[in-house]
Amino acid sequence: MQRAVNMVAQLGLRLQALPLALGRPLSCAQDVLRRTPLYDFHLAHGGKMVAFAGWSLPVQYRDSHVDSHLHTRRHCSLFDVSHMLQTKILGCDRVKLMESLVVGDIAELRPNQDKVRELQNEGSDVSLEVVDNALLALQGPTAAQVLQAGVADDLRKLPFMTSAVMEVFGVSGCRVTRCGYTGEDGVEISVPAAAAVHLATALLENPEVKLAGLAARDSLRLEAGLCLYGSDIDEHTTPVEGSLSWTLGKRRRAAVDFPGASVIVAQLKGKVQRRRVGLMCEGAPMRAHSPILNTEGTVIGTVTSGCPSPCLKKNVAMGYVPYEYSRPGTPLLVEVRRKQQMAVVSKMPFVTTNYYTLK
Amino acid sequence: MALRAVRSVRAAVRSLRVAAAPAATCLPRPWGLRAGPVRTLRTGSALLSVRKFTDKHEWITTENGIGTVGISNFAQEALGDVVYCSLPEVGTKLNKQDEFGALESVKAASELYAPLSGEVTEINEALAENPGLVNKSCYEDGKLLLEIFQRITAAVNIRV
Repeated sequence: MQRAVNMVAQLGLRLQALPLALGRPLSCAQDVLRRTPLYDFHLAHGGKMVAFAGWSLPVQYRDSHVDSHLHTRRHCSLFDVSHMLQTKILGCDRVKLMESLVVGDIAELRPNQDKVRELQNEGSDVSLEVVDNALLALQGPTAAQVLQAGVADDLRKLPFMTSAVMEVFGVSGCRVTRCGYTGEDGVEISVPAAAAVHLATALLENPEVKLAGLAARDSLRLEAGLCLYGSDIDEHTTPVEGSLSWTLGKRRRAAVDFPGASVIVAQLKGKVQRRRVGLMCEGAPMRAHSPILNTEGTVIGTVTSGCPSPCLKKNVAMGYVPYEYSRPGTPLLVEVRRKQQMAVVSKMPFVTTNYYTLK
Repeated sequence: MALRAVRSVRAAVRSLRVAAAPAATCLPRPWGLRAGPVRTLRTGSALLSVRKFTDKHEWITTENGIGTVGISNFAQEALGDVVYCSLPEVGTKLNKQDEFGALESVKAASELYAPLSGEVTEINEALAENPGLVNKSCYEDGKLLLEIFQRITAAVNIRV
């Protein structure tokens, strides 16, 4: 029974050691957890704090996990995601640095001090600056309507995966990006740390908005088919294996100039060995590390994430199987609680997404 | 051994209530060492039906050789909304501390361990359709199963 809350803390979000001063004291000691600007705010609102990737974050508040999850899909929820630190890349070679780290234009940044130093040693002009901002995610079908009440810009002109700087509920210098980790329409608002509590309070004044924590965040992203780094993808998976080929920029595919290019281009051209797929089953929930078997009973892969879906009332999961088993509809077996249960390969997202695209 | 175990069970139950309200320090009575009138220990059914807790948060009440098993309020709160129950079949023979099933919420799963040795006589069928009963009423409608004790000596070890 002790495992209950700690399970969330085991989700890996690997952060690299931060070299730069942040204003708040940095500690690398395992037992000292870092706090976001909203730490006291979470406690005041009944947040149950847990350790997550070296941070103290709320796993849930007073509402149950399922209630919080469903509220996000029907109204909107506010998440503190300030643990995903924001970094400014400076210098005329900043694009060179970025392209040495990622395969496309998608901004999944990992502050990599070694790479910066390597480029600096070669004479490149680049440096990193960690921004002392909090990050608030407002997600759900009514998120845009809630936010519109506090911004002058017309949010209808801010489609999915675009960003703009604007004043939000009186706080100037906020960057609003139309993105998120729930599959719903929503935004992530980067706000100066000193104004974070004011902004969170202003958003919470709208009865549509409820606070949500890590527990709901994980079940929402899983229903949306979104990967968790450290579980579903890691340094040993390629974008092709991870069913993420869409992240490879066209120009970069032609130039073959991105990390792991030789392996990845070969996989794009030929067949890839294994693929990340969605799985659905009834009965006992599939969880990470559950073996996946073919209908003959041979182990062919492993589940990387799984949980009961609050929306679908079935169990959903992601895992890796050999390419020949990856077609949606393929029947498979998953071993849960020492028993083999029928499961079926399913398309993701499991729950239809509602991204605001202008099409 | 019997008397010492009663004290420890009472201390365990007391410490669980500490979570709700701070308890005044309560020194354990030195059983059998007091001068004066001898205390008698009742072993009738009234004492037998007191709820006992294991260190893994299961509870058991016993009456006439039948035990009812469930999980504590602390456990159901820590687990969250139960969405799936895995219980043994009627007739399964359990040894004390055997894993007999599991409860799963969206975020976590937890095994269940038999508080006493016995044979399962009845499982709570309502949990298949409505696993949330474990959260709403962990001591009544959300109980897990009933078992009959095969060996009374096993019962005595934990109860008294």
